[in-house]
Amino acid sequence: MEKTSLDTAALQLMLKKFNWRNFLREYMIIGILIIFVAALAFMTEGNSIAPVNLVNVVRQVSAIGIIGVGMTFVIITLGIDLSVGSIVGLAAVVSASLVQMPGGSLVKFAGIDLPVIVGILAGLAVGALAGFTNGFLIARFRLAPFIATLGMMSIARGIAYIYTGDGRPFSDLKPDFNYFGQGYLFNDPDVKLSGIPLPVVIFIAVAAVATFVLNYTKFGRYIYAIGGNEVAARVSGIRIPRVTIIIYTISGLLAGICGVLLAARIGSGNATLGTGIELDAITAVIIGGTSFKGGVGKIWGTVVGALLIGVINNGLDLLSVSPFLQIVVKGCIIIVAIIIDERKNSKAS
Amino acid sequence: MTEFLVEMRDITKRFPGVLALANVKFNLRSGIVHSLMGENGAGKSTLMKILAGVYTLDEGEILINGEPVTIASPRDGLANGISMIHQELMFVPELTAAENIYLGRELRTKMGLISKKRMIESAQAVFDRWNININAATPMKLLSVAQSQMVEIAKAIAFDSKIIIMDEPTSAITEREVERLHNIIRQLREAGTTVIYITHKMDEVFAISDEITVFRDGAWVASEKAANMNREKLIGLMVGRELNQLFPKVDAKVGDVILEVENLSRGNVVKNVSFSVRRGEILGFAGLMGSGRSEVLETLFGIFPADSGVIKINGKSVKIREPHQAIDSGIGLLTEDRKKTGIMGVLSVGENMSIASLTKYSIGGVLRKRKIDEVCEAQRRTLDLKTPSLNQLIENLSGGNQQKVLISRWLLTDPDILIIDEPTRGIDVGAKAEIHRLMGELAKQGKAIIMVSSEMPEILGMSDRIVVMCDGSLVGEINRADATQEKIMELATRFSVEVVA
Repeated sequence: MEKTSLDTAALQLMLKKFNWRNFLREYMIIGILIIFVAALAFMTEGNSIAPVNLVNVVRQVSAIGIIGVGMTFVIITLGIDLSVGSIVGLAAVVSASLVQMPGGSLVKFAGIDLPVIVGILAGLAVGALAGFTNGFLIARFRLAPFIATLGMMSIARGIAYIYTGDGRPFSDLKPDFNYFGQGYLFNDPDVKLSGIPLPVVIFIAVAAVATFVLNYTKFGRYIYAIGGNEVAARVSGIRIPRVTIIIYTISGLLAGICGVLLAARIGSGNATLGTGIELDAITAVIIGGTSFKGGVGKIWGTVVGALLIGVINNGLDLLSVSPFLQIVVKGCIIIVAIIIDERKNSKAS
Repeated sequence: MTEFLVEMRDITKRFPGVLALANVKFNLRSGIVHSLMGENGAGKSTLMKILAGVYTLDEGEILINGEPVTIASPRDGLANGISMIHQELMFVPELTAAENIYLGRELRTKMGLISKKRMIESAQAVFDRWNININAATPMKLLSVAQSQMVEIAKAIAFDSKIIIMDEPTSAITEREVERLHNIIRQLREAGTTVIYITHKMDEVFAISDEITVFRDGAWVASEKAANMNREKLIGLMVGRELNQLFPKVDAKVGDVILEVENLSRGNVVKNVSFSVRRGEILGFAGLMGSGRSEVLETLFGIFPADSGVIKINGKSVKIREPHQAIDSGIGLLTEDRKKTGIMGVLSVGENMSIASLTKYSIGGVLRKRKIDEVCEAQRRTLDLKTPSLNQLIENLSGGNQQKVLISRWLLTDPDILIIDEPTRGIDVGAKAEIHRLMGELAKQGKAIIMVSSEMPEILGMSDRIVVMCDGSLVGEINRADATQEKIMELATRFSVEVVA
């Protein structure tokens, strides 16, 4: 008897100490996602939650999500990476050009037959190199991240067009390459729609690794510290230039991964791939609760943010809302998310 | 007529989760300097912000000349003749001193356009009348903190304020400038203005006040004529306990020389500075604001790399061009400006504490979280850190506790040499004593401590040896036994002689 009453007392104390307002503020985004999913399911008479559609949504989301993970690192340190969309295009054309079927039409490197892995690695390397360049410009020449990556945004896209020559996409890619965009993990050939699309698997892996890095490594702490107060971080012995370069290299590398996956998904490398995806990624990061004031942010928030964008985009598609109106809706979401961020900050202080 | 110019009755103010003021009373006689004392968070600034209209009261009433008034905005405060000069001065840096004085009520030409000429003339007239040596046409950004403060005072005068509230006006100015400020305050009092003076500094309170009111934990404690007060009584009222010894200097065994700095130079802020420090020693850096004290130590620590000079640790020359190299050489630096260069506000207490020593507490880049929690928890206990948990955001802690976290940050790196720039700036009396005690203990453990302080009693009370800087050069060295305020001041103001010669 006595033990029970003690437990009740302890529980009551826990409930009292539990800060409901903070809890709601922290996890509100998940609630919003559920509300949207439910509302769209109702409005589309269940079409939006049909398995075919759901798989479709998560596959679309994985591109925004993978880039959003890198963007989360960048925004926590008070940076921004506008170049990721262009890096996607560049990585896509570079990798696609190396995995074309010999004898196909419009082959970039006729007569050269390389293993698929070379194409993939080339795409990733191009992304990482572009990201490294961003980081180097920001760290060594003290360029504002906005300016450095705005420049790279233009440069990378331009190079992608030049690389394709006449701007036509590289198609007739090897099936082993396309598998990465179109294949499934745990696919049971007898069951329709079984398994998880590979881009989604990669997205989950990227998010998991990033969560680990942010929460359990020295490097992760340094990211938060730099965003929290860069001067104090430097005085504490953190080598700001080194960390900055690594962060932007990661962001570029993830954009490279995304480029390879998108090329594999549509079976061709197109220089226009990834156009505007940086804005979707930034939106996902911000509505996921990462603060534009630095030092605060979580990967799971970005993942949920990306899902929310995917669900809304897809829902509006299913409801046959004009794509132009969809862009307006997206803009509204960004603004609302920033207002919430502002209010969070003003309340905290 | 009523006895008091201002009566504040039963003032209560709540902030989310905090009762900042509970039924506080405050009576202000006309034409005097009335000082408000109390530890940080005692409620003195909050009460004055209510009087000036920056905050609105939740309960209570304010009477001016016996008439109840409503003060709901700074505009209402000004209309009632009340100006407040905030601790962190607020002005538009790009505008001139004159334009800042007339901000929001610019003087105009006959055509109705803003007249810079008229504003500069009238502002200059105010400056001249009050012996403030500032050109009214100077942009604010070119003025020093003390000068900006004078502009704010001139602004209050230009507004015809009957009551001027100064919130810790001397926290960022030199002792000489404090003297100048006090002269102006005395002039104001003679002219019939009532001055409310908020401060932490004992000497100033007794130098300037006619009356003193003490607050503690959001409540009124006592009001007394300054003549009836003394130091011990005042401290007793503030902390609610008698402090036996303000500076418990622990006798530490002074050992071998650990750090030698030879001819360190950087630009024209650090000129050929040489000094050394021994294990177990507390070396005080004295000097006026801008004399280059902090700059020498920031150069030593690699925040700004030196142009020339040699740094030797344990007799071996080391290269320090970045803070991480200084840390690797066994040096720690607790910077002067806690908010700007110390804390990472949105990070937790534990994260702030461990950030400089993560290399030690990680394997292959992966944090040993349990170990980190252990060492942080141990620090929290030894330093008697007041925080609900290590997960609390550091920005929610009081200044004194933030300072303790930063001390812990450096203790975790286990430095041989710890540089502390203004160890107790903006910290309440209780925490101050604890930090001083801690510094003594660290010296006893054989660490060399270098301290920069603008507070004479701190320099005199804590240092084994004092070096004095002036205009970027090290101008003298005094042993603890021989040190007096006069000697330090004499050295610190040497530059006037040099300029003449």
